[in-house]
Amino acid sequence: MNYLTRRLVTFPFVLIGVSSLVFVAIRMVPGDSITAMLGTDAGLLTPTQREALAVYFGIDQPWFVQYGRWLLGLLQGDLGISVTYGKPVFEVILKRFPLTLELALLSMIIALSVGVPAGVFAATHNERPSDLAVRIVAMIGQSTPSFVLGLLIIYALSAGFGVLPIMGEFSPLWQDPLANLSQLIFPAITLGFAFAASVTRISRSAMLDILSEDYVRTARSKGASSRSVTWRHALPNALIPVVTLSGIEFGYLLGGAVIVEQIYALPGLGRMVLGAILQRDYALVQGTVLFIALNFMIVNLLVDLAYFALDPRIRLRDR
Amino acid sequence: MVKQLTKKLLSSIALAALLGTAAISTPVSAATLRMAWSQDATGLDPHTQTAFSSIRLLELIYEPLVRLDAGLQIVPALADSWQFSADGLELTFKLNPKAMFQSGAAVTSADVKASFERVLDEATGAAARANFLSIAGIDTPDATTVVFKLSHPDAPILAAMAGMNAAIVPASEIAAGTIGTKAIGSGPFKLESWDPNSKEVLVANQDWAGGAIGVDGIDISVLPDETAILAALRTGQIDFALLNDPLVATLVPREDGLQLNRMPSIDYHVLQLNPSREPMTQLGVRQAISCAIDRQDVLDTASLGEGKVTGPLTIPAFASDPSQLFCYQRDVEKAKKLMADAGYAGGFSASVIAATGEPATAAAEAQVIQSQLAEIGIKLDIKMMELNVYIDAWLKGDFDMAVALNGGRADPYTMYNRYWTKTGNLQKVSNFADDTLDSLLQKGRVETDPAARKVIFGEFEKDISEKSPWIWLYSSYSYTAQQKTVSGFVPSPTGSLFSLSSVTIQQ
Repeated sequence: MNYLTRRLVTFPFVLIGVSSLVFVAIRMVPGDSITAMLGTDAGLLTPTQREALAVYFGIDQPWFVQYGRWLLGLLQGDLGISVTYGKPVFEVILKRFPLTLELALLSMIIALSVGVPAGVFAATHNERPSDLAVRIVAMIGQSTPSFVLGLLIIYALSAGFGVLPIMGEFSPLWQDPLANLSQLIFPAITLGFAFAASVTRISRSAMLDILSEDYVRTARSKGASSRSVTWRHALPNALIPVVTLSGIEFGYLLGGAVIVEQIYALPGLGRMVLGAILQRDYALVQGTVLFIALNFMIVNLLVDLAYFALDPRIRLRDR
Repeated sequence: MVKQLTKKLLSSIALAALLGTAAISTPVSAATLRMAWSQDATGLDPHTQTAFSSIRLLELIYEPLVRLDAGLQIVPALADSWQFSADGLELTFKLNPKAMFQSGAAVTSADVKASFERVLDEATGAAARANFLSIAGIDTPDATTVVFKLSHPDAPILAAMAGMNAAIVPASEIAAGTIGTKAIGSGPFKLESWDPNSKEVLVANQDWAGGAIGVDGIDISVLPDETAILAALRTGQIDFALLNDPLVATLVPREDGLQLNRMPSIDYHVLQLNPSREPMTQLGVRQAISCAIDRQDVLDTASLGEGKVTGPLTIPAFASDPSQLFCYQRDVEKAKKLMADAGYAGGFSASVIAATGEPATAAAEAQVIQSQLAEIGIKLDIKMMELNVYIDAWLKGDFDMAVALNGGRADPYTMYNRYWTKTGNLQKVSNFADDTLDSLLQKGRVETDPAARKVIFGEFEKDISEKSPWIWLYSSYSYTAQQKTVSGFVPSPTGSLFSLSSVTIQQ
């Protein structure tokens, strides 16, 4: 069995493990769908009324019966119905996912296009003032919470320029590219800033390691230009930790950037799952977490495959 | 090559940002009100939804028989007129013959009967059922007359009927089981689309029996962060907004072109004590806590002074001067003496629960109370909880003290019977059964003379303040903010947005 097949075989087991954990965890938290809907007025219900609502929300049976039902549905490709949206969970997820995916891609493009050159620049100007400047900016980027940056951007745009990205409803890229970009560019910058800072720092340190390697010295002694040494010989080898970092960050972003989606009122996956947790929309929480876990595993697999592409000396095998 | 690629990418990002800022704030339509709020409705069934945000949406779509105006007076909605029989055992409504559902069908007495039967049916799970238990039967002598037969006189039932939980829905939709999945009311707006936690689109119901509507529709965006709502108002992206956080609301008047509507609310901020737990079982300890708390300081510090100190009765028609109530002027020496007399001269330790962000001032209120009670030796441990966790503990009465923002009602009986009558549904929360309080509320329930009711509830207020099972703090404002081009909105103490049906937007 080759590496890819073995990894794929583990997927269902990981997913079942994740779903079990989520199923138990959300039910251990006090409060249920009834208190989420009625608030303190839930105390006005008679036992019969409470029972009727429990049946409506599907929480009238013991948890193991509920889990069995949910698992049976899952095996048939049915993630259940969201009580908030009144629609199949998978349909709700698919409606929200394009925004999250696009935001994750856009912020990764920003992070890599800024972070990698900045890291390379800092490494090739090691211990010079320009290196120090890049490191300071990167440190600021990493230590600035995204909600602070997001709120500052919103304030600066609205108070300084009298403009603001469209908030609330999502304009898909294929329907209105201009509105879509106008909506996502500032959230992507907000997310990409800290991401770029991490990429800068890791690119810089990886480049510094590589630049002190023997083969780089050899290339230099053979008369290769500084540019060629940096970009052709050193950078490809320095990219492996960047790919690892990007993979992990991208995996997280595919789970939804909750805070940025909240601030910019973007109807993405993160905001949806937060709302589902607060509403105790169990089916939606379980389905979404499963979806996020699957995304994360796929991204991790792609990262492993990317190692192989970047450095054919690496042979993928089980460790 | 990489440099060039980087330059191109950075240029693209910058260009996209420029395009982004250029492409915004385009008005959807001059006659469509663009509105925002931070919390969305949680469902469409008017009989089971009790969340403030749900009621604000549903009251634009559905109508009850009567409604409350800005002065909390009962005025016609679907019913043109109503009358109690002399013995108080019959309540007769005459419906507006022009009233129509958005499906085109007339609103008839059969729909009223079916709606109330649905509320009373335990299988529906309507929390408001508790307000209508005196209904023994419903007669429909003709299509526009409904007679409620009551098992005993019930003066507060009329105010309860003004709530959205008593909305009239089509009998045909009840039979089809589609209440909550389809929204067919008789109100001023039709729900065209609803994307939960994102956006609602309402269009004007041109056949509304209530009269002409000033806008073509309302587009509601859910913007969870209220500073973002303020920013959207500032840039003209929205015309109207509902605000909860006084810190954000007080910034609105600083902006040219914006107007803040501030309305005293009948909801009340309160420190709930648990009189079933030592040492709050002792009257002296509860009174000491009441005397040690500076209510104005709590209001000023936690809520920037946005509100007013209140006694238990927040309804303007029933409210009295709170300074006349027990220990409403802070008296630390008296508090210390009461503690010593109760055997707690050295103080005690207790915990106080509060919900994160609900209300926005909860944590600050708990902190101010903590510092004030420290002066009489009470060491308070603040436990901040996620809202549902808080509600779970609150409903079980599982707390020493709780910081709460409780909803007011237009009638004192409906507002307080749940806590302070011996059969109240929330006895477990108040943990305090008292003969005098129970008797006064029962008297207020059956009394129909407004002047006599005011006296009865005045006695209730004085008595409960002295017994101090809870420490009423202040009532705050409900806020809406709008562009000055919007006119005609009348704020209500209940927070109702119903008057959006009469707003207009200047071109």
